[in-house]
Amino acid sequence: MTCWETVQAYAFRSIGFGENLLPRSDFTLCQQITLIGSGLIWNVYFGVLALGFGFFFAVAVALAKSSPRRLLRKPAEWFVFLFRGSPLFIQFFLAYEALQLLPKTGINLFGITVETAWTTRAWAGALFVLFLNTSAYAAEIFHGALKSIPKGDLEAAEAYGITGWHKFRRIQWPTMLRLGWPAYTNEAIFLFHATTLVFFSGFPAFRQMGDALYYAKYFADKTFNPFVAYPIVAVYFILLTLLLTWLFALVNRRLNRHLPSNIRSRIRLRPQLIR
Amino acid sequence: MFEACADPKSIEGLTWAMCYLTSGKHIEFYWSFVTVLLLLALTAPAALAMGFAGATAARSRFIPLSLLGKGYAAIVRGVPDIIFFLFFVIALDQGLEYLKSLAVCENHSWPWQGLEFRVCPEAKIPLGRSSAIWHQAYGFGLAVFTFALVFGAFAANVLYGAMNAVPRAQLETAEAYGMSHGQVFRRILVPQMWVYALPGLSNLWMILIKATPLLFLLGVRDIVYWARELGGMKTQAYEYPHPDWRLWYFLALLVFYLVFTKLSEIVLARISARLNHGQATAGGEALRKAAA
Amino acid sequence: MKNLLLATALIAVSGAAQAQDVVRLGTEGAYPPFNFINDAGEVAGFEREFGDELCKRAELTCEWVTNDWDSIIPNLQSGNYDAILAGMSITEERDAVIDFTQNYFPPAASAYAAMSADVDLTGVVSAQVSTIQAAYVAESGATVLEFATPDESVAAVRNGEAVAVFADQDYLAAIVAESNGELMFVGEPVQLGGGIGVGLRESDTELKEKFNAAIQTMKDDGSLNAMIEKHFGAEATKF
Repeated sequence: MTCWETVQAYAFRSIGFGENLLPRSDFTLCQQITLIGSGLIWNVYFGVLALGFGFFFAVAVALAKSSPRRLLRKPAEWFVFLFRGSPLFIQFFLAYEALQLLPKTGINLFGITVETAWTTRAWAGALFVLFLNTSAYAAEIFHGALKSIPKGDLEAAEAYGITGWHKFRRIQWPTMLRLGWPAYTNEAIFLFHATTLVFFSGFPAFRQMGDALYYAKYFADKTFNPFVAYPIVAVYFILLTLLLTWLFALVNRRLNRHLPSNIRSRIRLRPQLIR
Repeated sequence: MFEACADPKSIEGLTWAMCYLTSGKHIEFYWSFVTVLLLLALTAPAALAMGFAGATAARSRFIPLSLLGKGYAAIVRGVPDIIFFLFFVIALDQGLEYLKSLAVCENHSWPWQGLEFRVCPEAKIPLGRSSAIWHQAYGFGLAVFTFALVFGAFAANVLYGAMNAVPRAQLETAEAYGMSHGQVFRRILVPQMWVYALPGLSNLWMILIKATPLLFLLGVRDIVYWARELGGMKTQAYEYPHPDWRLWYFLALLVFYLVFTKLSEIVLARISARLNHGQATAGGEALRKAAA
Repeated sequence: MKNLLLATALIAVSGAAQAQDVVRLGTEGAYPPFNFINDAGEVAGFEREFGDELCKRAELTCEWVTNDWDSIIPNLQSGNYDAILAGMSITEERDAVIDFTQNYFPPAASAYAAMSADVDLTGVVSAQVSTIQAAYVAESGATVLEFATPDESVAAVRNGEAVAVFADQDYLAAIVAESNGELMFVGEPVQLGGGIGVGLRESDTELKEKFNAAIQTMKDDGSLNAMIEKHFGAEATKF
């Protein structure tokens, strides 16, 4: 099999297209690079969707956490504490245990039967956990950013008669994003790294469709050599991290474009978060 | 442990529970909490030291050293820690034994023969005939070093940022007083940077706490390993057969992690208050106002 | 990775206290009744008893070490222990990188276990990730659902995630027997692998010869069969 044929056979193996059986003997470097790269689709899928949905939920939680109303504040505080205070793999485990308790035949809701079998699949269950997890971390970041909005800005807004939704939309929201963005960049990187845990200690792999680490483990196990497959994943992730950093830096530049150049907040890759 | 536990299959109820929870395996489970705490206590200063070295190197005016410091932080941070742990420790172990073999072996043949790693018996660390305790200590040492290396990269980044955050004016003032570079670094920069580094370092500590389940990959039996081992379904081959109880063990771990996180948060908040005292920052200003 | 913290290392044979290097035996400790960590926290099971006897006959001082299954062969090659006794089937791929002694356990059958007798074995079948069983299920055309531990793959059948689990028959036997009729064997058992042998580094020919000779004496005087019967029941395949 030439390398190009291997790429055709396995480039989309992780999402179920191409050759059904994984290679079983005469492992080539090309196979390893292709299949592990194919697994990366899952890491990107989990990372992008969890971040995308999580962003909006995180803003809502951050606002609730900053609310003067106890009824809003307390649940938000508990949510953040619970998800930031426990290891991700325990969250995966508990979620999997809980989801498999759902009746297999589906739930009858107002006469419509809702299927439940898909909830224990990694694409849904693990995504849900990652979504909640990143929401909690990002909520803490945005909460901190909301608190550090200069008092003068808010007072000035009120003096101009900008209140309520308008004050949030035009003053708090852009400032919060600008202040929280460097830390949020780190959260994004950590989230992408955390996606490797999904098949490692969380959810079962279906039809041998797994992420980059799943295939790396497959090869390390078959070739008995950890020094090829794992470094390949490592290189993929370094590239992914660089790409992510670049994208977030673009957004950061836009958020800071109105400021004089010497006080712009630079993205420093500081781990502001807990995982 | 107790006499009543001599034949576990004939007892039941509370006695069974008591015997079960004090079995040799459970005692090891309880000790593994100590192992984890000990590892955290050793790793944190080691990672801080590596981070400090990395940050200092990154600031160096000697370009290769600066590149080395920055490269270390960038590369190690770009890789998910779990993947790093999966191959690095074996490489480290072999590397150390290779270095030792250069010194102690007579025959200097290349040790990597295919997949096999072969050095003379004298170069083994520890030696094949050493007692088990040395093997354990070596394994633990490798784990501490690897953890410190990974978290040192993150710490280097935090400290590098903190060093840059110290107001330029302070350093210039010190120079104007005639202090040398070394003096400015030791007397002004290092004492001042901690307040800026603390938020990042506290988060790093929290990440470190939650990275301990990965200890198993490094050959250290931690609390998660034991929880999984004890909780799994046990057939009659074991003295205390039981169904799948992993849920309960993991819930216990959840409580442990939440309590430990909470305690850490309280302690870190106190340190933060102390460091902010008298600082010309927003945090210091808040403290001053609260006191007045 | 000197997996010694991991390791319940204990001196197995105290009688032969000669001035020689200790032979370190690596095992997984999570595959009853072959090898497991008993409630006292020590390596136990068939392979523990067999390994201790093996070292006694070969007049070696042995020590037990446990290691994660995934890295059990790389660590052997790295010299962190000298032999693997971990229910490891002799397969062509493994034989290409390490050496095996003659088998000390006959070729084992793998079997399906399910909740009812009429399940469709081309449906979702669970197995432990990267085992010969997982590969077999994938080739059989069924949908394979892979779990990190054998435990979880059985749990998946109980909670309905999979219709059947495919694993070593000897591993499943006790679970099926103790499930109060909840689980049962279905379909025909399948012979996979060429029996279980002691895994050794290819360069360790001396140790291989000693072990081979000792295993032969155990086969000849029937003590190996007695051991198999003790741990796997009277119906188990013997030599």
